[in-house]
Parts: sequence; C-alpha cells; structure tokens
Amino acid sequence: MERFDLAIIGAGPAGMAAAREAADLGLAVVLLDEQARPGGQIYRDVERAGPVRGDILGEDYTAGTRLTQALLHDRIRHIAGAVLWAIEDGFCLSYTQDGRAAQVSADRVLIATGALERPMPLPGWTLPGVMTAGAGQILLKQSGVLARRAVLVGSGPLLYLIAAQMVRAGTPPLALVETQTVADRTRALHHISGALRGWRYLVKGLKLLAQITRARVPRHTGATGIAIEGSDRAEAVTFTSHGRAHRIDCDTVFLHHGVVPNTQAARSLGVMHRWRRDQACFSPVLDPWGETDVPGIYVAGDGAGIVGAKAAEHAGRLAALAVATSAGHLGQGERDRRAKRLRLALDRERAVRPFLDAAYPPCVEALAPADGTIICRCEEVTAGTIRSHAKLGCLGPNQSKAFGRAGMGPCQGRYCGLTVTALLAAANGRTEDDTGYYRIRPPLKPVTLGELAAMDDTSDGA
Amino acid sequence: METDYAIIGGGVVGLSVAWGLLRRGRRVTVLDGDDGSFRASRGNFGLVWVQSKGMTQPRYAKWSQHSASIWADFARELADTTGETVPLEQKGGYDLHFSEETLQDTVEKYEGLKAKLDGDYPFEVLGHNALRKEEPHIGPKVVGAILHHQDGHANPLKLLQALAADVRRMGGHLLTGKTVTDVSKPDGFVLTCADGTRVDAAKVILSAGLGAAQLGPKMGFKAPIRPQRGQVLITEKLPKLINRPSLIARQVDEGGIQIGATNEEVGTDDRVTRSGVSGLAADAIAAYPALARAQLVRSWGALRVLSPDGLPIYQQSADMPGAYLVTCHSGITLAAVHARVLPDWLEGTEAAPDLEVFSEARFAVS
Amino acid sequence: MKPVSPFLELDETARVPVTFDGTPLDLPQGANLAAALLVAGVDVFRHTPVSGAPRAPFCMMGACFECLVEIDGVVRQACMIDVTAGMDIRKAHEDFRGAV
Repeated sequence: MERFDLAIIGAGPAGMAAAREAADLGLAVVLLDEQARPGGQIYRDVERAGPVRGDILGEDYTAGTRLTQALLHDRIRHIAGAVLWAIEDGFCLSYTQDGRAAQVSADRVLIATGALERPMPLPGWTLPGVMTAGAGQILLKQSGVLARRAVLVGSGPLLYLIAAQMVRAGTPPLALVETQTVADRTRALHHISGALRGWRYLVKGLKLLAQITRARVPRHTGATGIAIEGSDRAEAVTFTSHGRAHRIDCDTVFLHHGVVPNTQAARSLGVMHRWRRDQACFSPVLDPWGETDVPGIYVAGDGAGIVGAKAAEHAGRLAALAVATSAGHLGQGERDRRAKRLRLALDRERAVRPFLDAAYPPCVEALAPADGTIICRCEEVTAGTIRSHAKLGCLGPNQSKAFGRAGMGPCQGRYCGLTVTALLAAANGRTEDDTGYYRIRPPLKPVTLGELAAMDDTSDGA
Repeated sequence: METDYAIIGGGVVGLSVAWGLLRRGRRVTVLDGDDGSFRASRGNFGLVWVQSKGMTQPRYAKWSQHSASIWADFARELADTTGETVPLEQKGGYDLHFSEETLQDTVEKYEGLKAKLDGDYPFEVLGHNALRKEEPHIGPKVVGAILHHQDGHANPLKLLQALAADVRRMGGHLLTGKTVTDVSKPDGFVLTCADGTRVDAAKVILSAGLGAAQLGPKMGFKAPIRPQRGQVLITEKLPKLINRPSLIARQVDEGGIQIGATNEEVGTDDRVTRSGVSGLAADAIAAYPALARAQLVRSWGALRVLSPDGLPIYQQSADMPGAYLVTCHSGITLAAVHARVLPDWLEGTEAAPDLEVFSEARFAVS
Repeated sequence: MKPVSPFLELDETARVPVTFDGTPLDLPQGANLAAALLVAGVDVFRHTPVSGAPRAPFCMMGACFECLVEIDGVVRQACMIDVTAGMDIRKAHEDFRGAV
C-alpha cells in the first residue's frame, strides 16, 4: 500500500489549495476525488467548461482553473474518479476506482468534502423533475444543459446566481418562489456591518438581482404552503404569497434553501460535531488549524461549516500549514507567520456570512415538514412516522432508524439526517446536540461485494 | 414511582419479559438507555434458530425449540394488538458447508443431539444438487447443507418496535435515556438512575445486555458476560435470490441480503473493519456467486452478549431475593418463551419451567 | 419519455449509440450520463423498490442515489458515469417491481 504524508479527500477549493500548499512545503500528498476532473462542485469541470461557457458561468467560476492547474506538481498524486468508502486507523483509506477497490495510507488526513444541499422536504419533492438548485448548476457547468421551463424555489444567494446564469444562457426561469420574508431582511440588518466588510458579495448579489429583474422573471417572496404537483413527474408548483394562492405550471423545479456541511467522512471516524444554531446544521468541532478531536484528522472548507469557496481555499491552506508543521516540514514560527495573512483573508470572507444567514434563513416548512411529507427519500419514510417514533421512546435518530428505516437506504442519511434530528428534537423537547445524529459507518458510498471480496486476505478461499 | 416489576434494559429481552408480565396484569416499568447505547437488539442477524444450539446442553436445544414452536403464534398476537406485522418465515434454514469433512462432522454431532432429544430434531442433509434445486443461486463451492426444519428468520427490528408499542399500549411505563447506577433493597427495591430518577419496585429484572456486567455484581450476581463483536453487511434491495436463511446470508423481507457475521473478541469496540467486511463478502460470494455484483449499502458491528458457555443465564439473586438476572445471546429466538413462559418462572407459578441448568451455579466461583 | 425533453443542451458534440431499456439512443460521447439521458427525454430513471414510485436525478453530485441505473448487471449512479459507446443501460431494480 502506497504511503503518503497527507491524504486529502475532495478536490474542491479547500482540497486543491491544501494539496498545493502541502506539496510546496515538501509533503507527499495524495488527493482522492470522486469526479473525473478536479474542481469540486463549485468549479465542477472548470477546465473543460470554462473555455466554452465562461461567459454564462461568470468569472467566479472560471477563476477555479488557477487551483486546478496548481495540482500539476511532482508531489501531488491526484486520484480522480476515486469513490472513498472507508477510513480506518493508521490512516488507511479504501476507495473504488474503475470498478476496483484499492487503498492508500497516510499519516494525516484532510477531509475537504464540502457541502450538500440542505434537505428540502416539501410535498412532491421526490417527483422526477424536482432537483436541487445545485443540480441545476452542475447540469449547466459540466454539461451545458438547461431546463426549458423551470421554477426556482427556496431562498439564498445561490438561487439568484443560477437564475442569472439561466437568463444569460437565454432560458430564464419561469419564476422565483422565495420563502424569505421582509422580516428576515430586517433582522439581517443587525449584521450589516459585517456585510459591509464583505461588500463585494453584496454588490455581486445586487447585480444578479438586477439581471433577473431586467429579464422580467417574476419573484414571489414570503411563499408558504409550497407543494410540487404531478402524478409521475413534476407538473406545477403551488404556493401562497402575500395572501394569494398561486399555481405555476412547469417541467422542472429547482429547490434550494442553503447548503450544509457534508459530515459523512468525519462522522465515520467519530469526530465530535456540534449543532450550529446560526446555520441550522451540525459541523465538526475544530481547533484553529482545522484539526478535529481525532488526532491527525483535519477538516477544511464548507465541510467545517459553510464559508464559501474563497474562504475554503484559505482554510485549506491553513490546515496544510499545520500538517506540514506536525510532519516536521515547517517550523512553528514560520507556520504562524504564514497563517497570519491567511487568517486575515479568511475573516474578510467570513464577514458577510451572518448577514446572509439571517437574510436567507432556511424554509420553515421544510425544516419541520407536515406529517404526510416524505423525509427519507430512499426508504420513503414520512415526517409523521418519525414523530410517532418519538412517542415510542426514540430519543435519537439511531433508534428511529431501527424502527422505521429512515437513513438505511443508499444515500445513508445524507438527505434525511438533519430533518430526522430536528423532528426528534422538537418532538422530545430536547436539543439537537442531545438528540444526536446517525452513526455513520463504512461503506461511505455503496461498493460491490465483488470489489470487497477481491481485497480479502483472510479467507482460505472457501 | 412504584411498580411490581422494574426491568432494567429495554431491548428485545427486557421488552419480551415486560410484555409477558403486563399480559398477566402486573405493573411494569422498563428503564431503557439512550440512542447511543450498545444495542444488540438493533444489530442482530434476525434468525429464529434451532440448529447448532445446545450441542452440549440438550435443555438449551429444547428451550430454543420451544420458543421457535410458539414464535408464529406470538408474532400473530403482536400483530393483532399493534396492527403492524412482525415478518416471520419458518420454512427451515441451512448450515452451508464448503467441505464434505465439516459436513459429516456436523451431521454426526446433530445425530448425537437428536438421540438425546428423543428424535425431535428434524434435519436432513442436502448434497450440492439437491441444494441447488432449493437454492438455484447456490455456488459450486458449496458441497452441501444441513436443512433443519425448525429454523427460520424474522424481522428483529419490527419485533422490537411491536414490543415497544404494545408494552406502552398495555400501560407499561417506558423510561428512556436512563442509566441505572444503583439498586438497593432496604425493604422493597429502590433503583437510582444517573439523572436522579428513582423507581420503587417489588421485583427487579436485570436484562441490560452488556450493562449487566457492571450492575450484576452490585445485585449479587456473578454476571460473567462479555461482548463479542459481530460485523454484519446488508446489500441493496434485490429480487428474490435466497430462499432459506443460513448463518452466512439471508434475504430480509424488505429485499436486502443480510450477510453475517464475524466473531471477534475485541472488547467493546463495535466498529466495522475493512478486513472483516471483505472476509464476509468473500464468504457470501462463495455461497452465492451472484452477490458479487450486489452493492453493499450498509455494514455495522454489534456486540453479542455472551456467557462463558454461550447459554442464557436465568438466576434469582441470593443476596437480593426478588431480583432476577435474565440474559442471553439469542434474544430474537427466545423472545417467544421470554414473553410467554418466563413470567411463570418469575412469578413462581405451578407452570414455571425448570431452568436450573441456566442458573449461575454452573460458573465456578472466580 | 417525452417527445420534447424538458432539457436542452448548448453544445453540439459527437454522439455514440447506447440503449436505455432496449431503446436505442444517441448520446454525446464522454458526457455525464445522467445529464445526457435527461436531454434525451428520459424522465424516469427507475422505480423505487419500496413503493414503486418513479425517480430521476436529484442532486447530480453523487450524494442522493436517485439516478441509479443498471449497467452490465451492476447498479450505479448515472451522474457519476461518462457516456461511452454501446452502453446497455437499464432502469435500476426494475425486476424488483413484481415483488413489491
């Protein structure tokens, strides 16, 4: 098994930046990523798509090539198309590539697995034609594919970004159905000083809104009672806005109400996580360098708490500095000197977050769905079933999982975990931290038994 | 809070006994742990199993047979009262063999046990071809199997849920998130929990799985139980592939293939390991080659609750009369007798079964 | 499949033949399989083994497992695969439907 100084999981901004920083400091780095080409979701396929669709996707996207090109380095081994399914002590990382299981080992591991869309369980969200807004962006970035008749539903800056990109591409969305209210905006003004420090983001946001308005895309704000209708596929979005009932016929619905840390890999190692009230999600508990309570395991980027691509880059570099120091490649003084500049930049990037989190809070009716709404897509478990588990004495999601199978399917709780925790916490009158989260175990992603068996070194060939 | 029985442990064992006592009109309070407790009840393999049980103690074989024989009726009653079925299939189960030698060895042992059970041990030996007729997906490496007609499998999680629901329905008190720290008997029993909860009870049943190892000695039990890790796999849901269950694999009622299990002495480490998982995958594929293409969706490690000889322990405390230790490895198989027969022993009725061979007297003083 | 796909693609690329549930399709070589099938008008990728409900791509980033298809007897995520010539693609777990 090949051994490295540092294994990095995920070739998004945090992982790519960390890989280059660590390699420059003399470390042997292996970078495992699921995609065929580097970039993560934010810079998905940027080397291929940037030159073709840069005008639609914008400079923030094409800037990603700076990071992807920096991966060309003697000490960086980028293993593309590698689906990681286990991290064990030592650290030994098992992954699948081209239908074969393989392993690498490393003294230290940086988890840079980014974010997932916050689950948005609404009536009808499992119908074909309903996708995450992130999926809409990925279709556009990687494949140049656009939805002809789409409605965007939810809240948050990403909704405006994809709307503006669709406008630029010549297929504007039919409407924006936004769940945030005027009261949210007012509350957000408490954080305006931070927002002004991050004024570049505000200017960008205003520009996006201007493009959407110019294209005459209808915006419905304060939407409630949202449902997606259709028998075999999405046919319409229905909702109430400012006292009026609406129905918009469409083929595609893009849902979004923020992104949350993808904590699967860190949780599989038993890393301690805490509930963050400001972002309504769990994130790992880290020291100032991104190290977890499991020595040698680091987390950087959105996987550590939502910060955005630029901040992820800085956090990745910080973790790389700490890894280099603990590996004996960089003195503490020099580490701290280099870190100072990164921390300043990181603070600047983070300044706008409190404003954004307050202005675009998650959609309330998706955080506490109605009893009849499916919350576990894989096993088709409803919110009402989870509430009934609380009545049977389930204090946490692992007991509820045993009773009703929520979280047992192939997505392994990625799109129901936070909902189940929130539902049980509310039903039992306990905190999210006390309620806890699914125990995440290997395989982090499904792997065929054949691939596993091919790694067997204990069997007598029975 | 005052109750006839305080039951420490809300797993399948504790709830089965609680259910049986409630059916007899007793007041019952169950003290259960939290979401992160070690829970064999949600990590087990789900077999309702007779073969290979009690090879050295025929009474255990009989006890298992008794439970298997009344399981279907027990499951039906639970379904009637809760409105939720507890899936159970009892059309026999296999012990699969990859060598003629081990097959013959096992058959000889089974014949010996059969003689001690007055011939009530219905099994037959299937050669590869006969087995293939029953299990079209069986692999060429399997030389044969012992088909035992009293074996079967259930959905253990549905059983757990039905018991939890029915215990509540019958007025049982289920206290969750409790860690019992002390049991004393100034007059009646007084149970104290870590959070300060106090329960007064006329009798106490200790069925706390591995937790009994700490609490048992305080109550006058030897409680010589230890954890043994079993890693278990489950695949994506598949069309019917396996007809009858075996110790290697079974197809659960939802469609997934469950593959088990390792036997590892690793203390309370309940993690899964790459080597454990790949070994299990290799064995399962040797038995059913079509599984090579199946996706493994989940794996877990659970801790068996084992006594030194693997048999259950049913013991009344000599120091604290009215306190009982009820613990076993096969909580699913024995659920039916725990619910329907054990209460006679606890209540000391005329119908009480003779459980002397399962007392702690069999363990040497340490 | 719909006569007109709800999705359109901006680029013209060389196409290769594949089949979806036996129906011949021409998909862009090297394209993301899930995206290519959506553009080709495939709106149901599979039915769930739980209730038989129709499903299609949801996250496009390998996390939700909604876009499962069967290729060469193995169930895989269409959004994590590139199109290659001659792919025999089937709805995942379709043989399960009779059993539900």
